[in-house]
Amino acid sequence: MAPVFEYAPAPESRAVVDIAPSYGLFIDGEFAEAADGKVFKTVSPSTEEVLSEVAEAGEADVDRAVGAARKAFEKWSALPGAERAKYLFRIARIIQERSRELAVLETLDNGKPIRETRDADLPLVAAHFFYYAGWADKLDHAGYGANPRPLGVAGQVIPWNFPLLMLAWKIAPALATGNTVVLKPAETTPLSALFFADICRQAGLPKGVVNIVTGDGRAGAALIAHPDVNKVAFTGSTAVGKEIARTVAGTRKKLTLELGGKGANIVFDDAPIDQAVEGIVSGIFFNQGQVCCAGSRLLVQESVHDELLDSLKRRLGTLRLGDPLDKNTDIGAINSAEQLARITALADQGEAEGAERWSPACELPSSGYWFAPTLFTNVTQAHTVARDEIFGPVLSVLTFRTPDEAVAKANNTPYGLSAGIWTEKGSRILSVANKLRAGVIWSNTFNKFDPTSPFGGYKESGFGREGGRHGLEAYLDV
Amino acid sequence: MSERLSVFKTYKLYVGGKFPRSESGRVYEVTDAKGKWLANAPLSSRKDARDAVVAARKAFGGWSGATAYNRGQILYRVAEMLEGRREQYVAEVAGAEGLSKSKAAAQVDAAIDRWVWYAGWTDKIAQVTGGGNPVAGPYFNLSSPEPTGVVAVLAPQDSSFLGLVSVVAPVIATGNTAVVVASERHPLPALSLGEVLATSDLPGGVVNILSGRTAEIAAPLAAHQDVNAIDLAGAGEELAKELETAAADNLKRVLRPQPVDGADWSATPGTERMTAFLETKTVWHPTGALGASGSSY
Repeated sequence: MAPVFEYAPAPESRAVVDIAPSYGLFIDGEFAEAADGKVFKTVSPSTEEVLSEVAEAGEADVDRAVGAARKAFEKWSALPGAERAKYLFRIARIIQERSRELAVLETLDNGKPIRETRDADLPLVAAHFFYYAGWADKLDHAGYGANPRPLGVAGQVIPWNFPLLMLAWKIAPALATGNTVVLKPAETTPLSALFFADICRQAGLPKGVVNIVTGDGRAGAALIAHPDVNKVAFTGSTAVGKEIARTVAGTRKKLTLELGGKGANIVFDDAPIDQAVEGIVSGIFFNQGQVCCAGSRLLVQESVHDELLDSLKRRLGTLRLGDPLDKNTDIGAINSAEQLARITALADQGEAEGAERWSPACELPSSGYWFAPTLFTNVTQAHTVARDEIFGPVLSVLTFRTPDEAVAKANNTPYGLSAGIWTEKGSRILSVANKLRAGVIWSNTFNKFDPTSPFGGYKESGFGREGGRHGLEAYLDV
Repeated sequence: MSERLSVFKTYKLYVGGKFPRSESGRVYEVTDAKGKWLANAPLSSRKDARDAVVAARKAFGGWSGATAYNRGQILYRVAEMLEGRREQYVAEVAGAEGLSKSKAAAQVDAAIDRWVWYAGWTDKIAQVTGGGNPVAGPYFNLSSPEPTGVVAVLAPQDSSFLGLVSVVAPVIATGNTAVVVASERHPLPALSLGEVLATSDLPGGVVNILSGRTAEIAAPLAAHQDVNAIDLAGAGEELAKELETAAADNLKRVLRPQPVDGADWSATPGTERMTAFLETKTVWHPTGALGASGSSY
């Protein structure tokens, strides 16, 4: 099929963001080098250009950050809720003001399309702070008893797929409830968290309430194991989540985990096919499929399999892969060479195990980390591509005949984060949604998020909820 | 006239609605507070624990799918059945815990009332913990609590009956099924509870009761891949840490031993023992729109 249109390049300007050649750790309101002077580079995944050099926190730095958070806790938690709220409202507003700058920054550091950072990540980040700001002086009414108390110092470790949004999910409820935080952003996407530190400065947030320690897994491990941390919140892989659960076993640390998934997107034969195709595309190709709640298993009712696959392939042929800063780009870069290698290996394994691989004609840029949108058909439940979380733009297609079979296949996974249902029949939506063992279910839509809507998994997708009234519990001593 | 010789009861496990002996054929001696022999209780094995998990899993679909009203009626029925056998439990609790008859009676009465309390919760907890979320878009967004699944419950070691009921009732009220490890030293009231549950319309397998060495039975439960959660109420500090570590392997929900354990089971419980074993499911539905031309009323 010939390309539909030639598009002229429409890149968003980089001039709106000013990245310094180096950044320190943000501890007690000040940027500082790591105690041992170590640094690491952060690159733009779409070009491999070095964006900046960032301090690499060691145990001593983590200890200093936890100390600063502890020191700040007494005053911050004693502040009237209405005052804490106003700080958070200030932060929400400053994020709105600086949202274009942050969107460009996030796209540079993460590799995701500007269309997503501009239209999804940043609006959700601001909304999340705005939402939890309003809770800070209303906690008595949240259903956790009168005057619920904060836990203390929260150690938070976040992933690289939505760097600033995951920061917002962690920091906003923690601060609203009166905790102080030490946050470790992912090694490959440290920049937006460091810009957030500057937003805290602009908002006049008291020193030590938010501390940002950049580094790799060792800094995260040191933070989680620190004896003076009262609360651990982690978003990332299930394997690391289990390790963290073992680390906090036998302590009094409260733990919430938001981990992996292998979401089923179930299409019944009466579904509006064009709408379903859009939902499938957004389910697995949004953010290059690097989404824990991605709809990575497509379950199609047998009778519409061929029709749906034809439409889906036609649609994938129109996706534009390339410069993430281009406003017309649908598919950006994979976040890192390491992640690209993992996706490549799993896709190769899918092929080796006998599943049928297909990608649209798609030219990949010569530098940077790229992976073409990929479909696997003839997939069985035993195939690795149907079981393992790939965390990339790879969709496995399975079929079913009856609703019971769809439910059984959808639930046949140790994960339980998300699922999608496509059908015109309301009662079928409700009965299938009722039987799916997953924390978030989208019917006739997919990958929708909102600060008021609790998010989190069943089974090995973790425990605890982020967002909504439910999200407060993770940071309260209840 | 010589005194009539009483008939002893053979205490058995309660698994899948039946009363088996331990598959291991082992028993251990249970004595009262003064060391006097009371009974030989089954000394459950790892295999008994695994069998109990299978029974609990099998019962989960039906019990979690029952209406909340129906679950409430059955929990209330448990209270009714206990009331009728009140004297038996008073004697067993007095024997087990070395309490006076009046103190034991207070424990049993509170335990019966606790079933009534939780019976009333079954059709209210979803209204308290769930609800609609006002998302910024054309979607109807609803969060509802659902039971976690199969819950391993280590009953408190000291409070053999009130403590036991206080940890079991909240788990099943919301639709979970349970594998309960009775107090190691005082297992008899727990084993007798099985007899009441069996005659209260509670489907077999919803509650399974094992007696024996807590550490021996709890280890395979904490490591079991088909157990979704564990309540460590009856575990000491060291055992609790070991079990929590093992539980991480499939990310079980863990309720750590609470500082109040053994202290005051008579206080009105909060909702925490229910919410600890609930998942929140959030479903998004598009609402469509009738457009601005629709009626204002």
